Amino acid sequence: MITRAEVEHIARLSRLGLEEDELESLRHDLSLILDYVQTLGELDLAGVPPTAHAVALKNVFRPDVPWEGLDHEEAVAGAPDVERGQFAVPRIG
Amino acid sequence: MDAFELTATRCRELLASGEASSTELTRIFLDRIAATDEHVSAYLSVDTEGALAQAGAVDAKDPADRGPWEGVPIALKDILCVQGWETTCGSRILRGYRPPYDATAVTRLRDAGLVFLGRLNMDEFAMGSSTENSSYHVTRNPWDLDRVPGGSSGGSAACVAAAQAPWALGTDTGGSIRQPASLCGVVGMKPTYGAVSRYGLVAFASSLDQIGPLTRTVDDAAALLSLVSARDPRDSTSTGLPAPIVPPTATDLTGRRFGIVSEYLGEACEPGVRRVFAETVKAIEALGGECEEVSLPSVQKGVAAYYIIAPAEASSNLARFDGVRYGHRTAHSEDLLEMYTRTRSEGFGPEVKRRIMIGTYVLSAGYYDAYYGQAQRTRTLIIRDFEQAFRRFDLLISPTSPTVAFKIGERTADPLAMYLSDLCTIPVNLAGLPAMSVPAGFSEGLPVGLQIIGPHFSEQALLEAAHAIEARLAVPVRPQIAGVES
Repeated sequence: MITRAEVEHIARLSRLGLEEDELESLRHDLSLILDYVQTLGELDLAGVPPTAHAVALKNVFRPDVPWEGLDHEEAVAGAPDVERGQFAVPRIG
Repeated sequence: MDAFELTATRCRELLASGEASSTELTRIFLDRIAATDEHVSAYLSVDTEGALAQAGAVDAKDPADRGPWEGVPIALKDILCVQGWETTCGSRILRGYRPPYDATAVTRLRDAGLVFLGRLNMDEFAMGSSTENSSYHVTRNPWDLDRVPGGSSGGSAACVAAAQAPWALGTDTGGSIRQPASLCGVVGMKPTYGAVSRYGLVAFASSLDQIGPLTRTVDDAAALLSLVSARDPRDSTSTGLPAPIVPPTATDLTGRRFGIVSEYLGEACEPGVRRVFAETVKAIEALGGECEEVSLPSVQKGVAAYYIIAPAEASSNLARFDGVRYGHRTAHSEDLLEMYTRTRSEGFGPEVKRRIMIGTYVLSAGYYDAYYGQAQRTRTLIIRDFEQAFRRFDLLISPTSPTVAFKIGERTADPLAMYLSDLCTIPVNLAGLPAMSVPAGFSEGLPVGLQIIGPHFSEQALLEAAHAIEARLAVPVRPQIAGVES
């Protein structure tokens, strides 16, 4: 069972602002889901190496040749706020 | 012409023989969408003008200069970047976003001359098994409009089942092609991890995501896989396929060994689904295949491992949606931190928030090894169990989904019940394997799919088996859509 303080802490790390009712329902759901995933503890995993990627690949090379990317205007075209060709954001608090 | 008869392969033949123009075919599907989509709601948007322009350009070309698939229409899941189209990933946070480039899979289809009909609904950021998590609308199962089409590629499956397109692309992170294909009675294929480039695919869980076909026939699945698979310098995890896919021809399965995954036939599996599966096993045996039960104990922990690994990767991938470079930004914020927080709270729906929270929790200080580390070790056990099974069997089989399509709203209040919808499909993604769902029959009038799983890069063998089984079972793909065909 996770606590309300933990939910608030995780929300802060996740950059999510949660309403009162969301906090409570997430506390409930997260507790259930985390209890469920903890059943992995039933497995004997001692000495088993972790897998990050199911199809083994290493040293993927490609020729180092330039190709045309997005131009500046295209790159900022989707931004909510642009000033002098730069992404504009509110001041840092 | 009857839209159901117009598989992609049939469209290709009609175009080659001159019996139909691309404009005629495109109009048939646009008309079909107009007649059915108010009931099914598979599409998020239809590009009538763009599709007719593409088709007109194909028709204006000398037939001798056309590629084999040029002029055949297709529809695309709203997770693939299409230059100039709105691409939202089913999320409010990307409303209005128009990517400045095509996904590689889209580029390949564009280069082959396919006509893009529109973009298809999905669970927000591909997180869900019913398409109910779309920020836009609910898609309905063409076989029963009160039921879900499955998800997350529910729009793709419903669209193909309702003959609103000959075929469609979807994506599969834990079953998101195969489960909706099963619930809508169409063919769906998740290729080996890396067979298709993920460039321009909005990322959910990067070590699991794959693009693949949803079609009404196995032949079409082979053709679409062949069109989109290739190594891509823009996705360093892409490998393409070791040999080109050829049209499958198998009509018998003599000497092929099929392992029946016993863990997938437990009590979670509905009796009706078990009955159809048992009949399918008999059909495979009648084709000369040898079927025998095999146990893969670790797959029972697949869902638990997945709900650590996938949210962990998602919490990191979705950090990019911060109101700076694209998509939604909150109208009210005093400073940068508040802008991030409000933008994300307003833009993401409940399931996406839940997954970001789980992912952040399992990766947070002190918990990494207890959760993420354990899940990655479990992933190794699952891979080993599959490897061991493939020493004895050519292919593995199971039901694709433990149940038929469920009622809209039935599982929305219980996230875990929804997660368990993907019990049989998730371990395949964790192991990076290719798998298909092919229509196997009906229970309570609703489609049941057969899942066929192969070793890495065994796509051709999967397609051959699916081809023989499809011909033998001859399951009709023709739902009577209430209010349209009745």
